[in-house]
Order: sequence, then structure tokens, then C-alpha cells
Amino acid sequence: MASLSEKVQDVFNEPGCEKNQSKGDKERKKGCTKQLTPGAAAGGCAFDGAKIALQPITDVAHLVHGPIACEGNSWDNRGAKSSGSRLYRTGFTTDINELDVVYGGEKRLFKSIKEVIAKYDPPAVFVYQTCVTALIGDDIEAVCKKATEKFGKPIIPVNAPGFVGAKNLGNKLAGEALLEHVIGTEEPEFTTPYDINIIGEYNLAGELWQVKPLLDELGIRILACISGDAKYHEVASSHRAKAAMMVCSKAMINVARKMEERYGIPFFEGSFYGIGDMSDSLRQIAKLLMQQGAPGELLARTEQVIAREEKKAWDAINQYRTRLQGKRVLLITGGVKSWSVVSALQEGGMEVVGTSVKKSTEEDKEKIKEIMGEDAHMIDDMRPRDMYAMLKEAKADIMLSGGRSQFVALKAKMPWLDINQERHHAYAGYVGMVELVKRIEQALYHPVWQQVRKPAPWETAIENGGNSTSEAAAA
Amino acid sequence: MATVVTNHKSCAVNPLKMSQPIGAALAFMGLGNCLPTLHGSQGCTSFGLVLFVRHFREMIPMQTTAMSEVTTILGGLDNIEQTIVNIWNRNQPEILGIASTGLTETKGDDVEAYIKLVRQKHPEIDGMTIIYVSTPDYVGAFQDGWAKAVVRIIQETATSCTIKQPTRVNVLPGAYLTAGDLTEIRDIIEMFGLNPVFLPDISGSLDGHIPENFTPTTLGGTSIEQLRTMGSARSTIAIGEQMRDAAMEMEKITSVPFQLFDRLTGLEANDLFLQYLSELSGKPVPMKLRRQRSQLQDAMLDAHFFTGGKKVAIGAEPDMLWSIGSFLSEMGCELVAVTTTQSPLLEKLPVEEVLIGDLEDLETRGADCDLLMTHSHGRQMSERLNMPFIRIGIPTFDRLGAAHKVMVGYRGTRDLAFELANIFFSHEHEATPESWVQNDQTSASTCASESCGSCSSQPIQNEQPVVQVAFS
Ligand code: SF4
Repeated sequence: MASLSEKVQDVFNEPGCEKNQSKGDKERKKGCTKQLTPGAAAGGCAFDGAKIALQPITDVAHLVHGPIACEGNSWDNRGAKSSGSRLYRTGFTTDINELDVVYGGEKRLFKSIKEVIAKYDPPAVFVYQTCVTALIGDDIEAVCKKATEKFGKPIIPVNAPGFVGAKNLGNKLAGEALLEHVIGTEEPEFTTPYDINIIGEYNLAGELWQVKPLLDELGIRILACISGDAKYHEVASSHRAKAAMMVCSKAMINVARKMEERYGIPFFEGSFYGIGDMSDSLRQIAKLLMQQGAPGELLARTEQVIAREEKKAWDAINQYRTRLQGKRVLLITGGVKSWSVVSALQEGGMEVVGTSVKKSTEEDKEKIKEIMGEDAHMIDDMRPRDMYAMLKEAKADIMLSGGRSQFVALKAKMPWLDINQERHHAYAGYVGMVELVKRIEQALYHPVWQQVRKPAPWETAIENGGNSTSEAAAA
Repeated sequence: MATVVTNHKSCAVNPLKMSQPIGAALAFMGLGNCLPTLHGSQGCTSFGLVLFVRHFREMIPMQTTAMSEVTTILGGLDNIEQTIVNIWNRNQPEILGIASTGLTETKGDDVEAYIKLVRQKHPEIDGMTIIYVSTPDYVGAFQDGWAKAVVRIIQETATSCTIKQPTRVNVLPGAYLTAGDLTEIRDIIEMFGLNPVFLPDISGSLDGHIPENFTPTTLGGTSIEQLRTMGSARSTIAIGEQMRDAAMEMEKITSVPFQLFDRLTGLEANDLFLQYLSELSGKPVPMKLRRQRSQLQDAMLDAHFFTGGKKVAIGAEPDMLWSIGSFLSEMGCELVAVTTTQSPLLEKLPVEEVLIGDLEDLETRGADCDLLMTHSHGRQMSERLNMPFIRIGIPTFDRLGAAHKVMVGYRGTRDLAFELANIFFSHEHEATPESWVQNDQTSASTCASESCGSCSSQPIQNEQPVVQVAFS
């Protein structure tokens, strides 16, 4: 079994990642984790990333081995939706104490696994390593192995303690855990020539369900989504898929690539965000399936669905055009999503006055230039203070970003829309993009802005030289 | 009198508890122009930040020393140095509050010594007060972290003063008090002509106002000036048992005597508080407060019909449990209590047993309760058991306005009494022809969910509103 540091090196060497391949040898060793600046860093740890990637598997118990911080401060805070089991939303943690730190926490972990199985009887237990337990040398792989033998159930070690790196690395280490312990361990009841895997989609706010009806209509079966709304059995038997789509930037590229290597499942990288991207993704799925032996009529049927859905979506977006014409958007988000959203915003008549490229690859940046023109305003690492200034000075009419920076916009009394992880609304597929445009329109024209921007009468009084009582009465 | 027991599980399920470092961080957020920082890996800060953002719906200033596997093993001196220097260069806060985490405590970083070294090397940071508090994740809980941070703040900033300000009082509020609670307490104290200074003061920093400017450090909060003049106060008022150590430390350093109030929810609790303020100020209790007292009496009388005999499952940190639990019991409710950490108050609680445990324990023990009171993580339990649910404490992420909820003073208690009564009022069973049929099977089938437990007392309850109308 590879040690954790070897595994970290291995994911850093990911050949499927163009960004990585363009780096020199030395640089590659350092991996995609940027050196963090103490006192000026933000972002989740590797454990966080691993949990984000795997928690959407709904019917298993997710057991966090560590002190209360890791699970107690964060459980049930992610928006992945389930069509069945709720077990994934139950918080399990060994909550280790001082004695465990001194004598080791392996025994407690083993007993915890036993308790979880006795009480909740899940098809599998995922055990997450964290910093303290890693530092004191608890060997979760060994405990899981022993527990698997003892309880006759897969107990999966997820070895991604927070301090090995950032979220992104955690996503990949979670993928490694699936590759090593889950994928290929069970068989599907049956297979069809239309079986696909979707990798790196977490069904946040139920977004998978915005896409699934179209796949259903085309007769395409999602054998496994890794890991949105997934059941353990689906992931375990996902190696029988005919083709795969990898979504969400490069988060789980190792899973897609290694499944191609091991099981001959070809994949493409696509996105469900944006109308053009959605169509491309459907097309690619059809093409890959045909290449793998699905009947040739699939593409024609797919094109029909695309044409129908695109028309519907553009017609819907067009209705908002006049109201959105010329509105300026500040788009602060990571990775591939920025350019897929940009085109939809432009189609709605809006102008993107700036977009963050913090997590984007060179290729992403080229795409953004292609769409937005050479003088695209790309922001590498915008400080909240600068975002605030930009909004306050009305260089933008609305900001789309993740939850953390929402208050920058709200305090500037400017409209804001959540487009990151914890959002409540689903923006995938054709319907999702229409929804996004609709929400932007609602946000921009919300009556609350007029209300809250108005100064108190006595404040105007001072500005006007203290004589506005009568004016106010007249108005 | 309660027996305090700890659950004997290896695995916590649906944690009630949160960790010490973020409790400490919240205390630092109540200081002015401060940047709370966790000495640990970046994830700990990130989780804390997300938690507070979802609760307060405010910008949360919080930093990390960004320890990695390698720097942990080598020791955190470099990271502490870089953190201090970077924060100074970027934000220039007046106060830097550093709380350790499980990771750096396990390694055994001597942060106090590191800070001394950094100070020697970087005279430019002389103007910045640095307060370090040791808060391993694997010991205690949120309120312990808060309490320890306040002790450390006092140790680092308070001095004795020979010149006294006759109207000044220091107030040391527990972690469970909201910004709204602090404002209410301030108003009450000011009515006696006294001038309260809160430490920490999240009512200025996390009360959801719209500032004129955007800053990366805390807004509002106790200023460094106020911290340094704590010694000039007449008295220190500590609210919540968790603040005892801090109050004693304050007395030790500044010789300002303290008075501790273990709660400010409930009629008698507030009577004692006002009596004290009246003696301290030499002023009679203002008419306005007397009127509020009589309103509370009336509210309690109106509410007691509905609250009497009800069973409430409550999961909260010791001081909040004591505060709300005692009042519930005064209103005739029976409690099922689960808490997070040890406290001398626990055995005084009006229940047979208090469990230091998690929300799974609360769900098993409180399955037949009429009401659930805990933080937002109770939502799954409330759904599963179809049990009415009042969210109290941090985190409250699925309701707005948590920071403004007031449950102290006569007014806050009055509103709480109404809230409780209204919940029971609206969940009352309508009488049906079958209600009083003696057949066991029939009565079981008329009640869709027996979990509310009110079936037995139903006939009496239906009479009560009538009686109430007759009196009012
Ligand atoms: S950084 Fe480490 S200790 Fe902190 S939350 Fe992540 S895994 Fe837990």
C-alpha cells in the first residue's frame, strides 16, 4: 500500500492535468497546492476537500476520526441533495480526548466503527483521517482493514488529513480512496450500452436533477455519479460504465483517468453550466457512447433534444434581455465555471466587467479572453477591500460570488447572487441557466435597493444645509 | 439536584459540541480592531469562518497560521513569525488574538516563547498587542475556549488604576449571550446612571449593522483603551458561571470586586440583578423596569397554562442550559438535558440527570418531548420526530436574526415565555368525539403522533384558555 506522501506525489504528477504537464519537474513536485501565506490565507483543508467529494454518497456512514473541531464545527453544512437515504447527513466523529492523544486513538476508532454498524447498519463506512490523529500516528488504514475483516463490510479509509494541503488535494485523495477500495468491488445487476459515469458532480442544490431528465429521455443511464446522490453500490460497480464525463474543473481527474486506464472507460471533460457547454456535454456523451458501441442513431436524437432545449432556453433568456442590457457583472468564482457562466451572462445582454481567475488554468484564461475579448478584466486574487471599492464606486451593478464574500456586496448595498457551493438554487443545465438569468434580474430590480440606499432624512438635511424638512414634506 | 453523567459511547453522533479554538476566536471578535487567528492548519479557520458567517450573516475576520505537515513537525515558530509580520503589514490591527488548535498543541508549540522571539526581532510590531490563548480542540468545548480567551485578554491588558470612575462597571458576558442580549443588558445598567463596558463586546461588532467602511479587522468591540482602564471601574459584573475565572482574574489584577450572576433569564434572576444595580448606584429601580417586571409577571401567568407539565428536550452548553433550563422549570416544564462540557452548575439543574453527550443522545432520551431547544443542528431530529423546535445558540444557520434574539432581562424573559406558550398553544390537540373514549385502541389511533405526549393532559388543557379569558 502506498504511503500517504507517495500518494500525494502521485496525484501531483497527474498526467491528465494540462496545467501540471506544463510545469517543470521541480515545480510539479511541489504540486498544485500553492504555498500558503501564514496570516493571509483562506480556504479549506484536504480533509474538507475529501469530505466534499465523498459525503454526497448518501447511504454510507461518514465517520471522522479526530478531535471535535473537524466534524463538530462543520457537519451537515453542505448542500448535496439525496433522493433516498439521509444517513450521509448524520455527523459521526470519534471526538478524541486528551487520553487518546497520549495513548493513541485507534481503539476508539475501531469501537466507533462497531457502534456505527450496530446502530445504523450502512452498506459501508468511510473513515476520514484528520491532522491530530495523523500526527500521533493512528494508522487508519490498518484499523479499517481489521474492521472490514471483523464486520464483513467495506470500511474505507480516506487518508487526507487537513495539513497535507488544500481542498483540491483532498478531492483527489478522496478519489484515490475510491479507486483503491471501492470502484470495481461490486457488479451492477445489469448493464446497457448507454451506461455512463459522471465524475466530480456533487448534486449541490439538486443540480444533477436538472440534467438527469434529459439523459433519461435519451435513454442514457447514469450508472454512477461520483458522488452526487450516489449509493455505495453504484460507485462500487461503476467500473462497468461505457463512458464517463468529468465535471468541475480538475477536482477528480485522477478518478477519470485511472478508470480509463484500468477499465478502458473513455472520458471527456465537460460542464453542465452554460447553454453551449450543456449542449457540448450531451453531444460528447452521445459520441463517446457510440464510439463504445451504442447504436448510431443516438447522436441524431441527442441533436434533436439539444435543438429543442436550446431554443426553449434562449427564448426564455431573451425575455429578460431588455431589462438586463448593459448591466455590469463582477464574477468572482473559481475555475472552469467562470467562462461557462460568462457566455450565458453575455447572451442575457450583460457585460462582465471582471472575473476572477484564481483557480483557473492557462487554458481557462485563454477561453475567457476568447469570450470576453483581449482586454478581459481578469482578477487573480482580489482582496475584499478592492471588491468593495469596485461595487461602491458603481463600476459593477451586481456581484456573483461564493457565500464568503457576499457581505462585501451587501455592505456596499449592491445586489449579490450566490453561485458557489452552499447556494440554495440550482443553476445546471438549460433550465438552470434560465434560472440564473432570472435570479439576476430579480436581484437587480429588487425594490429593497431603493429603500436601503436612501439616506435618512436628517442626513440629507445636513448635506443640503439643514433645510430639508419642508422639502421632505412637500415631496 | 442532578447527577452528571457522560455517555459511554466511542463515537459521537450528531455533535452538539463545537471546539475551544473557535470559542476563543469569537471572544477575540468582541475586541475592537482585532484580528482573531488560529494557530493551526488552514482548515480549522475555514470551518470556523463558515460557521460564523452562516450564523451571523456578517463578514468574519479570522486568520490562520497555515501550518502544514512539515511545519508542524519542525515547530510553528516560522509560521507564527510570518503570520504576525504579514498581518501587521497588511492590516495593522491593534490587537492580534491567537488561539492554538489540537494540531499545534499535540506538537507542543511554545507559542508564548515564539511571540517573545518575534517581538525581539521585529520592533516594528511594538504597537500591536498580541494575546495568545491555549485551546486544544480535544479538551473542553466552545464556551471553555471563550472563557479562557477572556482570562488571557484580562491578563494581557488590565492593570490596576488609582483613579476610579464612579459610574463605570465592567461586564464580562458569557459566550451564549447574543448581541441583542448585550444591548438589553447595557440599556438596563445605563438606566441606573452607570456606564458599562463589556468585555468582550460582540454587540458592536456582530450585531448586523451596515458600516460605512469595509475593514478586514473587527468593527466595534471593546477598544484597547477600554481594556487598559478596566481597573478604574467600581465593580465587575460577570454573567454566566463560565466567566468566574475571568472575574477573579480581573479582581486579582485590578482589585475591582466582582459580582457573578449565573443567569439573567427569569423573574427572580433579574430581581437579584436589579437589586444589585440599585445598591451599586444608590438609585431606586426605575419605573420603566418596574413596569417591565409586572409585564413579565403577567406574561408568566398567561403562559403557565400552556407550559405546565410540558416536556422539553434541551441541548446546550452548560451556561445556556442553566439559563434557559432553569426558566423552563420555573414555568412548570420537565427537562431532558444534554450538554457539552463540565460545569459546577450542572448538578444544580432541576432534573434528575444531565448528560454530557451529543444530539443522538438527546434524540433517544427526548423522543417523547413536546419541544426541542438546541442549535440549528437539531433540525434533523425535529423533522424525524415531528417535534416543534426553537433554535437557541450557535450555530443558528437556518433562521435569520439569531444575533438579535433577546432572552435576558424582564423583557427578554417575557418574550421567551410567550414564544414557549405559543408553540404549545399552536400544537394543542383539538378535541374529537373519540378523545375521551376509554378504549385503548381508539385513543391511540386518534393521535397521529403520540410523541407530543400531551394526550393525557388534553382535557384539562382545553379548558384553560376559557379560564384565561375570564380573568383578562
Ligand atoms: S485542518 Fe486538520 S484539524 Fe483543522 S479541520 Fe482540517 S483536518 Fe481538522
